[in-house]
This record gives sequence, structure tokens and C-alpha cells, in this order.
Amino acid sequence: MLDVIDLNIEFHDHLIPETVVFDFDMHMDAGDIVGIVGESGSGKTMTALAIAGLLSRHDMQKRGKIIFEETDLLNCERAKLRSIQGNEISMVFQEPMTSLNPVKKIGWQVEESLRIHKDFSKEERYEKTIKALADVELDAPEKLYHKYPYELSGGMRQRVMIAAALICNPKLIIADEITTALDVTVQAQIIELLKKVNKRNGTAILFISHDLSLVKQICSRVIVMYQGNIVEQGDAEMIFHHPQEEYTQKLIAAIPKIIRKSKV
Amino acid sequence: MRRWNKDFNFYIGFVITGVVLLLVFLGIFYTPYDAEAMSAADKFAGISLHHLMGCDNFGRDIFSRILKGSGTTLFIALCTVLIGVGIGTIIGAITGYYGGWLDEVLMRFNDSVLAFPSILVALVFISILGSGKYHVIIALGIVFIPSFARIVRGEFMHYRNLDYVQNAKLMGAGDIRIMFVHILPNAWPVIASAIIIGFNNAVLAEASMSFLGIGVQPPDPSLGRMLSEAQSYLFRAPWYAFFSGLTIVLMILGFALLSEGMKRK
Repeated sequence: MLDVIDLNIEFHDHLIPETVVFDFDMHMDAGDIVGIVGESGSGKTMTALAIAGLLSRHDMQKRGKIIFEETDLLNCERAKLRSIQGNEISMVFQEPMTSLNPVKKIGWQVEESLRIHKDFSKEERYEKTIKALADVELDAPEKLYHKYPYELSGGMRQRVMIAAALICNPKLIIADEITTALDVTVQAQIIELLKKVNKRNGTAILFISHDLSLVKQICSRVIVMYQGNIVEQGDAEMIFHHPQEEYTQKLIAAIPKIIRKSKV
Repeated sequence: MRRWNKDFNFYIGFVITGVVLLLVFLGIFYTPYDAEAMSAADKFAGISLHHLMGCDNFGRDIFSRILKGSGTTLFIALCTVLIGVGIGTIIGAITGYYGGWLDEVLMRFNDSVLAFPSILVALVFISILGSGKYHVIIALGIVFIPSFARIVRGEFMHYRNLDYVQNAKLMGAGDIRIMFVHILPNAWPVIASAIIIGFNNAVLAEASMSFLGIGVQPPDPSLGRMLSEAQSYLFRAPWYAFFSGLTIVLMILGFALLSEGMKRK
């Protein structure tokens, strides 16, 4: 479904061009959950933004191919790209506190993709939105529909973002550090929710995180990135139990473990 | 104490503006005398029950002329601000949102227009277009575009990189939809206060232009025009200048207090 071939991203906004992603290759099938892990600045978010078609076209150069269902997202027309964005590929951001428009009601924002891509009447949109809000396990969606973002907690907002991302029933969701700004219990709930969505709708998820323990819980395949390069990729089981590269071993060793005092 | 202060501003402004608007509204339908009817017998008549604000050099009732004249002034100010805000918002939105060379070119042009005193630029347009009510509106409207464009541009530059705007882009929203549906409502409070300040400036600009004799043409009454006529009779009929000037002051003061009160609320 998604093939990324030799993706290179280069910034030209300084005197010396700066490459942030080198020869990135990956493949995803429908319904896959793939994780990209790496430290800050390893290029994982840049890769995600490139796949989502969000990198502005001015001061950077992108080489390679991103093929989504036979369309090359890097080189297609803008109108074509726009018809895919939000409709077949959608993305959820890291910061739930700033990714909702403060002056618009929740319902309006969740509906936005439908308004842009689909041809539904007002009542149909309302029904779909209520269903989407209920699907992400939010209570009283009818009330929520008329609320403003400031009335919601961070966890609720992230659920709203997921509802908005899912409403057109996309084939791929890119989740960029979506649990980083949330506390641990809410993190676990969101991860469960993503798993359910994946099972129920067959939505593929590209899960980007620096938190290896989360990636371990949810992903079937993992890509480890370091300074713009892929260090290692493969089955989650393989990577976590038999890491080949030194960097991966170090990353795994950095996961905090709970050890009983008596055993030490 | 502080709370009372800001409310005080707001209420005083509200009352003054309310009274002025009410009188202007009244002036559309009813004036005690015909604002343009002359009467030799009433020439320079003083303040009396018949003529609340006295009469001018042609024996016209000043109160009636102020009612009509404020209407003209407000109408011109309103149209001017509408032109300025409308076109200014579009230019500001495009330049602020896209940036790049278009932004550079339009903004440098903007700066060069802003560098001239606004009355001077308006004078240039009036000398090209000719004087009269509608020409004043067009001239002042053009003069007001750059300042609004600059304010809107600043807002758009701030908002275009925010997460929720990026998110709207991701949902496949087109640029125009993002600019006017997603960003504009957020920028609205800043634009609204700019509108009130712009409105005051427009009232003053119209009054100054009419005072210079290049604005509204006789026999249409306008506050600035009345003030300029009154200066020849400053000692013979001081009430003429006093009431025309007072109306301008009240109008400006009312809106200024109102905007100040609204800003602090």
C-alpha cells in the first residue's frame, strides 16, 4: 500500500545544505502497524511529514519516491495530493493542546474532513461525527459536539484528534508522538484505542515515538533511526530480543525496568 | 477600583456613542428645519428655543445641519473603513500566509504608501479623481488599505505555522479555506480593534479634508466643512464653531472610550 523508496530530505534554508533524512526505505501493507523509533533529531518526524505531504515545497529538496496506492506523493499535483490528505492518509500530532482551533467547536473540527472530501448533508455529517466521537470512547458525544477545545482535557483532545483523523475512514494514519504529552494512564488508553481501530477498520498505523516500551506494545514491525539513517529494521520481536546493531542495543538498554529490591 | 475604572470608560463611551448614533439616525428621518433652507431673517440668530444651536451666516439651523452633517461624516467613515478592511484583509492574508517574493513586493509598496502623510496621499487621489462625497470615500479607502494589510499580515504570519493550521492542511483543506475559515476567526479580535481605531481616523480625515475644502461639496453639510465655514465668523457667531467642533470631539471620544473599554474587558 505504501512504499517509500530512497527518500532524501535536504534543507536549503542555510548557506550549507543540510540533509536530515538519508536513503529512507520502507514498505507498509494495509492493516500494518509499523513503528519508527529514534532519538530527537533522528529524522522520524521529517519522514512522517514527507509521507503526509506536509513539507512545504520551497526551501527544501526531496529526492526519492513515496508511492501510496500507485500515486507518487512527492511528485503529484497539489490537487491530487489534497484529495488524498485527510481522506486516505491522515495524521495526529504530538501536542493535543495546540492542534485544535480554539475558536471553533469540537463538532465542526471533527467534521472538517467530511466537509472537504465527501458530499454529505448537514444531518449526515452530524450523525457521522457523533458516531466517530463515540468510537473513540468519548462520553456524551452530543454534548461534546457543541463544546470548545478549552473545555476539554488533554486526553480528551487527543481522542478528538483521533476521531477527526478517522472520520473519512483513511487507509493510513500517521501518529507522530501522539502520547508524549499525555500521562501514563491516558497513554495506555490511547494505545488500546489505536489497536482497536486497527482491528476494526483495518487502518494501517505508522507509529512514531521515542518511547520503545510503547512501540513494543503496539507495533508488528519497527524501524530504528539515528541521525537521518535507518539503523535497523525488522520484526518487533526480533528487534527487541535480538538487536543486531549497537545503537539499538543501547536504546533497548535505556528502557526503564522495574526491579525488586530483594533481588538486587 | 480598577474594575470600576475600566467599566467607567466603557459606559461613558457607550453612552456618548449611543447618543451620537441615535441623533444621526434621527437626522436621517427628521430634522427640525430643512438643513439647506436659508432664511435672511435668522442670519446669525443666537441660541434660542427655536434654534437650539443658533443659525449660521445664511440663516440655516445649525442643529439640523449637525444632524445631517454627522450622518454624512459617519457614512464616509464607515465606507472608508469597509474598503480599507476588505481589501486590506485580503492583501494581508495573502502576503502573511504565503510569504515569499509576493510578500516582499506588496509590503515594500505598502511601506512606501505608509511613508507619506495620509492626508497628502488622499489629496493626490482627490486631485486625480475630483472632489465630492464618493471620491472622498475612494481616496480615503485606498489610503486606509496599507495599515490594515500590515496588521492582518502580522496575524497571519503568526497563525500559519500553528499546529491546528497545519492540521487543517493535512485534512486537505485548500489555501483559501485555511485563510478565511480557519485563521481569520482567530485574528478577528485584533482586526476588530483596528477597525474602531481606523474608524476614528476616518472621521478625522474626512473632517480635515472637508475643512480644507476638498471633501464634501456644498450644499451637503459635513462637520469639517461647517467648522471651516465657521472660522470666518468666530467672533460674530462663536456657537457655530463651538457646536461643530464639539460634535467631532464627542464622536471621536465616544468610539475611543468604547474601544478602550472593550480592549480591557
